[in-house]
Amino acid sequence: MSSQPLSQNQERFELNLGPQHPATHGVLRVKLLMDGEYIVDAEPVLGYIHRMHELMGENRSWAQYLPNMGRLDYLSALSYNLGYVELVEKMAGIEVPERAEYIRVITTEMNRISSHLLWFGAFVLDLGGFTPLLYAFDDREQILDLLEAVTGSRLTYCYYLFGGCYNDVEDDFLSGCLAFVKRLRTRLPMYHNLVTKNVILRQRLEGVGPVSAEMCRKYGATGPVLRGSGINYDLRKNEPYSIYPELDFDVPVYPEGDSMARFMVRMDEMEQCLRIIEQAIAKIPEGPVMAEKVPKMIKPAAGDYYHAVEAARGTFAIRAVSDGANQAYRMKLRSPTFSNLSLFQEASRGMLLADGLAFMGSLDLVIPEIDR
Amino acid sequence: MDLGINVFEMVIYLVGFIAFAAANAAYLVWVERKGAAHIQRRTGPKEVGPYGLLQPLADGAKLMSKQFIIPAGVDRPLFILAPILTMVPAIMIFVTIPFSETILARDFNIGLLMILAFASVNVLALLMGGWASRNKYAVISAARVVSQNIAYEIPMLIIVITIVLISGSMNLTEIVAGQAGGILHWNLLPTNGNFLGPITFIIFFICSLAETNRAPFDLGEAESELIAGFHTEYSSMGFGLFFMGEYANIVIAAALTTILFLGGWYSPLPESIPYAGASSVVWFLVKMYLLIWLVVLIRWTYPRVTLWSLLNLSWKILIPFSLFNLLASAGLVKLLG
Amino acid sequence: MAGYFTNILGGAKSLVVGLSITQRQFFKKPITLQYPWESLEMTPRYRGHIQLIKNAESGTHQCISCGMCEKSCPSDCITIKGEKQEGVKGKVLVKYELDFTKCSLCGQCIANCKPGAIEFSREYNLASTRKEDFHYDLLKRLKEQK
Ligand code: SF4
Ligand code: SF4
Repeated sequence: MSSQPLSQNQERFELNLGPQHPATHGVLRVKLLMDGEYIVDAEPVLGYIHRMHELMGENRSWAQYLPNMGRLDYLSALSYNLGYVELVEKMAGIEVPERAEYIRVITTEMNRISSHLLWFGAFVLDLGGFTPLLYAFDDREQILDLLEAVTGSRLTYCYYLFGGCYNDVEDDFLSGCLAFVKRLRTRLPMYHNLVTKNVILRQRLEGVGPVSAEMCRKYGATGPVLRGSGINYDLRKNEPYSIYPELDFDVPVYPEGDSMARFMVRMDEMEQCLRIIEQAIAKIPEGPVMAEKVPKMIKPAAGDYYHAVEAARGTFAIRAVSDGANQAYRMKLRSPTFSNLSLFQEASRGMLLADGLAFMGSLDLVIPEIDR
Repeated sequence: MDLGINVFEMVIYLVGFIAFAAANAAYLVWVERKGAAHIQRRTGPKEVGPYGLLQPLADGAKLMSKQFIIPAGVDRPLFILAPILTMVPAIMIFVTIPFSETILARDFNIGLLMILAFASVNVLALLMGGWASRNKYAVISAARVVSQNIAYEIPMLIIVITIVLISGSMNLTEIVAGQAGGILHWNLLPTNGNFLGPITFIIFFICSLAETNRAPFDLGEAESELIAGFHTEYSSMGFGLFFMGEYANIVIAAALTTILFLGGWYSPLPESIPYAGASSVVWFLVKMYLLIWLVVLIRWTYPRVTLWSLLNLSWKILIPFSLFNLLASAGLVKLLG
Repeated sequence: MAGYFTNILGGAKSLVVGLSITQRQFFKKPITLQYPWESLEMTPRYRGHIQLIKNAESGTHQCISCGMCEKSCPSDCITIKGEKQEGVKGKVLVKYELDFTKCSLCGQCIANCKPGAIEFSREYNLASTRKEDFHYDLLKRLKEQK
């Protein structure tokens, strides 16, 4: 259906989708050239929420750049926190105590679930189903409560420090996490019954918005988009960091490349997150959560550094060039959805408007992270 | 009959039905909001009056006190006419609906035909509103609404024809009268001659959802795609009338389904049983509101269909089934004859 | 042809399952908190704006006016002033101003405070139409605290 040839003689018109539009979930503008209900061309226009995060990294000290990480992808802020502190630890050669590593992984994975839950709700909302959003929010709220008790914030976390974590966690938190794992295990089948198996949803997602592995390579798409196109690539496995090598989990991969595949990757990823959390809680050692000797002024040796982590939406990488000072000489952030969005223009040609928006939802865009 | 009494009666009924339609429209909004809230584990309106029961009045007052903005460059007469045109036919239809043997404003011989005719005016109103708005989203929405309604009128009419065939009349009172004597005589079941029975009921129900632009067929106002569709540019009571019109149409659809399939005001039990078996307007309302609740529940459960799957559903599933049913029922009626 | 009917049946089943789920949720209790009528107690680690810690014994704060918080703050929201005073060892804090409109609640100031003189408050009901209302004088605030 969506590959129908576009008639040439009909009148085409331009449609401005955004920057204020319910489906873009933020200030993204897509300039659509339409032929009736078909998308002839879609050009994403960025820059409505540009805050110069990269430049900010170049004129403040390493430690002062920490809070910026929570403002990029505000839905999985802890992955970004983690990526940055690990980079600086690598640069300055700081050892992190083991307990802190475990806490980091547990909290990051909790955050990943909350991010996927929010995406799940918002995606179904894009498709016109309102109720799953609020069920997902119910679960997400539990995560936020748990994380708030530890980090003090609910959304834009700034919890990790160079050499460890801001504070230790209590047993209450760990048992709360386990209770949540149990709870979500009973809720996921409900989501599958209510949403995944629903014939209307399947019709809207199956075969819609095919993204080939080739296209992913071309645009550098990562994360669930890439794994939904059949490529088994997850930095937690491929470039292991932190304690992920010690944990046993699978990377869900679906070869179809359509919106349904991306949907399923994220749904399955939540289950894997639960496994990771369970194992990490079982293994967490006692001990300090901050390294003994963390220099007040971090002055990494001059050089070019790179570190990447698997955020909820794909590869988040930082490249920092240091000239030996207390701040970066050059800071480059590579955010996943910027690349994931880039393929929208090519992939959405010839789609129906409704399918195009479903496709956009399946990419899981977070605009402040596209526009850094 | 004396003409004087007749006119007096007409006025009473007219005022009564307008009040009924308006109250229903207002309170269905409340039901929808409250229902949606509880489905989603929220509480919904609760501050204005007990259980938020005065909320519809507050909403109405708010809508009326707002400015009716007419954007520059719109087609003024059409823009103003469209919301009125959604509400007027809806109220006209109430005149023909028999709520019980006695509660009925006008007993038309062709009541069914009149309802269907007036119901299609609604599409015209939406088209006008969308077209006049001078908004691309509204125009897309108007085009969607029209193709959707045309596609769904066909299976709906085929099923209506089947029912007319069975009861031999287009008079709604007679159609209900043909279903007297308990659930076994309802058109819902094949025992009355309707070959596919419940399936036709479901088809008719789906069609009425599509005709009233209700989720999952709310392509016209698909808020995540078209912002608010045909009423994007409407404010104040212009929006309010579209909104009320939608709910009035739901009431009509549910009432019509009750009449055609669920035996109208007859009890599902045989008449020999005292009280529970008696026919009354209560049965009619119970059936009607249960259907309306189903409509609400459906809206808050399913995602929206796309235009193609909607047309596919109509042409590939609903129309073949209803055509087959028409033929089979014709045979069955002959047999039962 | 068989596929046609199984498709319809399977689809219809999934729709009925969906309806039964939402209908069941309908009968459960709401989980939302009715905010103005009830509200949550903030957790001990909740990050509100920073404040000076009141020492229960001395009735005053423990700030030594070292200025580390001021220097470490990424958003320059802290302005402090310490003065040498007769008979007192070290400097005495005479001004501690916080511009909360710029604070990102990162905790750098607290992490860098050697004597542990500041902490996050648990204030969250903050609203105003003037941004000056969020320029806090923390010393004054400390005095007003019981
Ligand atoms: S860092 Fe602590 S002791 Fe130093 S000035 Fe700030 S509050 Fe006072
Ligand atoms: S929390 Fe961060 S931004 Fe706020 S005052 Fe302290 S250092 Fe500055």
